[in-house]
Order: sequence, then structure tokens, then C-alpha cells
Amino acid sequence: MQLTDSARFALEAISSHRQRSFLTLLGIAVGIAAVILLTSIGEGVHRFVLSEFTQFGTNVIAVSPGKVKTGGQPPSGIPTTSRLLTLEDADALRKLPNVTGATPTVWGNSEVHGNGRVRRTTIYGVDADFPKVFSSTVNIGSFLPREGSGYARAQVVLGSKLRQELFGAKNPLGARVRIGGLSFRVIGVMAPKGQFLGIDLDDTAYIPAERALELYNRDGLMEIHVTYKEGVSSASVATPVRDRLILRHGHEDFTITTQEDMLATLSNILDILTMAVGALGGISLLVGGVGIVTIMTISVTERTNEIGLLMALGAYRRTILYLFLGESIILAALGGIFGLLLGIGLAQLIAMAVPALPVHTPLSFAASALVLSAGIGLVAGVLPARRASRLDPIEALRAE
Amino acid sequence: MQDDAASLISLHGLERTFYLGDSKVQALRNVDLHISPSEYIAVMGPSGSGKSTLLNMIGLLDRPDAGTYLLEGRDVTTLKPDEQAKVRSERIGFIFQSFHLIPRLTAAANIELPLVLAGVPAAERARRVKQALQEYGLTDRAHHLPNQLSGGQRQRVAIARATILRPAVLLADEPTGNLDRATGEEVVRLLEALNAQGMTLIVVTHDQALGARARRQLRMEDGRIVSDASDVGDVSAAATGSSG
Ligand SMILES: Nc1ncnc2c1ncn2[C@@H]1O[C@H](COP(=O)(O)OP(=O)(O)OP(=O)(O)O)[C@@H](O)[C@H]1O
Ligand SMILES: [Mg+2]
Repeated sequence: MQLTDSARFALEAISSHRQRSFLTLLGIAVGIAAVILLTSIGEGVHRFVLSEFTQFGTNVIAVSPGKVKTGGQPPSGIPTTSRLLTLEDADALRKLPNVTGATPTVWGNSEVHGNGRVRRTTIYGVDADFPKVFSSTVNIGSFLPREGSGYARAQVVLGSKLRQELFGAKNPLGARVRIGGLSFRVIGVMAPKGQFLGIDLDDTAYIPAERALELYNRDGLMEIHVTYKEGVSSASVATPVRDRLILRHGHEDFTITTQEDMLATLSNILDILTMAVGALGGISLLVGGVGIVTIMTISVTERTNEIGLLMALGAYRRTILYLFLGESIILAALGGIFGLLLGIGLAQLIAMAVPALPVHTPLSFAASALVLSAGIGLVAGVLPARRASRLDPIEALRAE
Repeated sequence: MQDDAASLISLHGLERTFYLGDSKVQALRNVDLHISPSEYIAVMGPSGSGKSTLLNMIGLLDRPDAGTYLLEGRDVTTLKPDEQAKVRSERIGFIFQSFHLIPRLTAAANIELPLVLAGVPAAERARRVKQALQEYGLTDRAHHLPNQLSGGQRQRVAIARATILRPAVLLADEPTGNLDRATGEEVVRLLEALNAQGMTLIVVTHDQALGARARRQLRMEDGRIVSDASDVGDVSAAATGSSG
């Protein structure tokens, strides 16, 4: 028997019981739709979170002081052997091969006075490499210039929100602002950057790291961010960074976190999350599979006569096995296609109704949903189809 | 003894016993039978005498507990199930009392079924089905479902299906049992016409008049062939049927 003929025979058997077949494949459809919908939401959240993190670029390595990842400074007064991260460390890292920039980072919260107004905002102490490292761009004026160590003029670059709040439409370039008692001259305004996990990245001011250390009365940097050439592996940069700092500090009293590692870890967690919600939808798929077993068992019983006839007409036992297996697979696959459309439709509907909830259905999910449903059909059909193929032809022909 | 080589069908000492719980039914007891090509045989006897069992044996739907069955000189009792299926497909046609048409398939599709199972290409199938529909006067019923056909038409579809692969043996188990006398006559004439073309015809029947039309009559009782009479009027049948 040719494959196309077997498929047609199975399809005719399915369509001879329209309502029953539809209800059975609906069971699979609901399961597939649930899996598609839930994994689409999971994948949407995944992509959303990753894009939040990658907006700064992925080729960034962060160096923070202290070996353990507790963060912060050792309690004051207790002598510590760990050296602080310094501006000189940042300068040294900048000279390493493949490194395209390194910015020292210090941050704090201060009131900014300017144009007769006051606003409390986040102050970042950085240097000229900052826009490169964090993929930021300057809107008007220029960013902080590169200056010789030990000398950094009191200049400030405003975030777009801060500029708006203090100066409105007025040109702020050249104006003087006071930050925590120190006076700075505005030399630029950043382009809007939006939000990161709910934090406004535009309600900021950037001053030289040296000035920030002074402002917050600190001896060491909070972090150094190193950026490197695209296409170079993070490990091949992280190792020289570590070696150089160990050379400078005598031992490893700092922690290196590559953006790549962090993203990979995050991505793994989010993948597990997507799989977990997908498995939840899989339970309804299981119920749909049981429905197929039931209906195929009933079908074999109803068509015992037909099976006997096929044997009398010279059908091989395996032909009968394939016919019923094919029927089960086609039934489940049709349910899968229907469920796929249902799931994608629902996902689109949710995306329209709740734009805040990110939804995304990758093609690979759709393809695996179809393969999965056909697989369920195969497994569900095995027992009924085997029973059909093992019937005794005479008994089958005599059955009423 | 009959010459096995000249026979189409040779049965030697065929036994078949059914067990139902503790009771045991001997449906066939030591059956010996030789059938030559293009014979026309009626099998008669009381209910439960083993007529259908004998037909199922010849049609390779059942296996004997003992004895041998040679079909065209080849021992088919020991064949594997798939080999038996192939023999059924190529050499044997079945006609049943209850027609056994597949209800969801049209008359044409029912007739086409043996060709589909045998893997005949679609174009060749269409040609042969068209011809069969014509031969059996079913052309205008080709796309009707079985429940839209009369009993006589259904049995004609069943006969067309049984003969579409030109089998050597046509086995009919009470083919007129569900039909009125006139329609039954019509069906029997169709079967006899096929026999006249050279197909060996074996008909199980309770109808004396119908049985009398066959050139050779077997009578069964309690699993045994108790009489095997050839119509002396028909010399050629007698010559090939019981001597030689
Ligand atoms: N599958 C079976 N299981 C048990 N007993 C069976 C089976 N098939 C046939 N028999 C028994 O074997 C005997 C012969 O049955 P068979 O069907 O061959 O009779 P028959 O001559 O065709 O009768 P009828 O004229 O009523 O069709 C009967 O006693 C029947 O009960
Ligand atoms: Mg019978």
C-alpha cells in the first residue's frame, strides 16, 4: 500500500466522524495552545529582560573591589589588606590589548542647583570612556574630555531628564551648576536613554570620577567597567585584566564579572522558567493524548469488521498497524495545527490587550509543537493500532 | 488418490477443532478434497456442519490443526502470515453473505480497495475500476455510499471487489442469503459467468435449487464431507472433478 493511499484512507476514516474527531483533536489543540501561549509569554519575558541588559552592550567586564561578591566597602576602622580600586588601575586596564575603553565608576545621590532650581538626582563619577562602555550618546555639547591623571576640571554632563527639569528649553551649555557644594560647568547633555528595570537613566549627571571621589569623600572607586573589541571572547580579556590587577595589587582582592557570564546565567534561569510554564501546559496536552487513546480504541472496536475484511482482501498486518497509527498521528497533528493557530492568536490578542506584557512565539516553538503533537499521536495510537493488527480475521469478520 | 499436481486445491486430512471453555467442537474432521481449475462447487449441509470453516481454510483465513493444504501445488499451510496475505490478495476472492462493504467509502472506492492494498498505481487503478463498474452495471452508482445502494447492488459491488485482481478461486459464503429470490438469481448468474471465464467457484448455500445448479455438490455433516457428487450430465466437469 502506498503512503499517500494510506494517508488518504486514514483521513477518510477521520472525516467520517466529523464531530467526534473534532472534539478529540480539540483536546490536543487546547494542550498545544496552552503550551504555545505560556512559552510565548515566557520567551517574551526572556527577551525583554535580556534586551534590558544588553542595551549597554554585551562586551563589558565589571571589576569591583573585594574578593567575595558581598559588595560594598569593608567596615570602617577595621584594617584591611585589600587595596582599593584606583583611577590608576583604570588607566592600566585601558592599555591592555583588545581593550577599547575602561571607565572608573563612582556614584551617589546629591542635590543639583542650577538655573535657580534644585533637583535631587543620581551623580555618576566616570571618565571620557563612559559613552563607549555604556553605549550612550551625547545630544548637545560634548562628553567629559580625557584629562591627565591628577587633574580633572569641574565639568558636568547632564542627563536629558535633569536638563529638562533644571533648564527646560533653555540652552544649558556653559551654565554653572552646584553639586553638593562644588561648582561645575555644563559642557554637554546626553541623548535620552530610557529606563532600565524601572530606573530612569536620564535623571542623572556625569562628572569626572576624580571629582566624585572628592564629593563623596571616598578613597577608592566603586567599579571599573572595561569594554573590549567585538568578536573577542570575554575570557581572553578577563584573564589579562585579572593578571594585570594582581600584578598591581599583589593578590586577587577584586571580583571580575563579565556581562557575557551574567547574561548566560540570566538566560539559563529564564529558559528554565519558560520550560516550567511550558510543562504546565503539557499537562493539558497529556489529557488530550489520553483522549486520542480512548477514541482510537473505540474506533478499532467499531471497525473490527472492516479490519477483518482488509485482512481477507490481503492486507498485511503491518499495513493495518500503519493505517491506525497514521489515523492517530493525523488526528493529533491536525489538533496540533489548530492549537498552534489558537495559541498564536491568543498570544497576539494578549500582546494587543496588555502591551506591557511581552509575548513572543519563536518559529522553533511552533515547529516543535507540531512535532510534539504528532509524537503524541504516535504514542497514543500504538496500543489501539497493535490490537487492530493482531485481530483474528475470522473473529473480526464475524463481529457484529 | 487424486493427482496433486493437476489439482488447483488439494486438502489432505484437514482437522480443525474449536475449544469453547471445556467443550470442544470438531469443525473439520479428516477432510480430503481435490478441486481442479474452473470447477463450480456447491457446499451444502446443516448449520454448524463446518461449511464456513472449510471455506475459511481454503481462503487461508484459518489454519488447520492437522493436515496439509496445497494451492496450485504449493504447500500453503506452513506459510508466514504475510505470505498468506499475499496469496489471499493475488489468488483468492471472498464474497460474504453480509457484503462487508466499508460504509464510508463509495462503491468505486470499495471496489478499488484490493488494488490500493496491493499498491497498484492510481492511474492503473482508475482504469480497472472504471471497467469493473461498467461490467457490473454500476457506472451510475460509482459515487454512491453502500447505504444508498440496494442489496443486489451491494453484492455486485462486493463481487466486483472480489474479482478486480482476477483471483484463481472465488469463495462465496451464502452470497444470496440476504437477498430476495430474483436478486439472488441475478447474483448467481454473475458468479456463474465468472466461472465460465475460468475462475474456480465454491459456493456455500442452504438453497437446494441454487446448489443443484453447480456441477459438483459437496455435502457436509458434523465436520465431514459425507457426499461428493458430480453432475453426470456435465461430462467435462465430471472428467476434471472426480476422476483422473
Ligand atoms: N471461532 C469459533 N470458535 C468456536 N467455535 C467455532 C468457531 N467457528 C466455528 N465454530 C464452531 O464450529 C462448527 C462449524 O462452524 P461453521 O461456521 O463452519 O458452520 P457452518 O456449516 O458454516 O454453519 P452455518 O450454516 O450455520 O453457517 C460450529 O459448531 C461452530 O459453533
Ligand atoms: Mg456458515
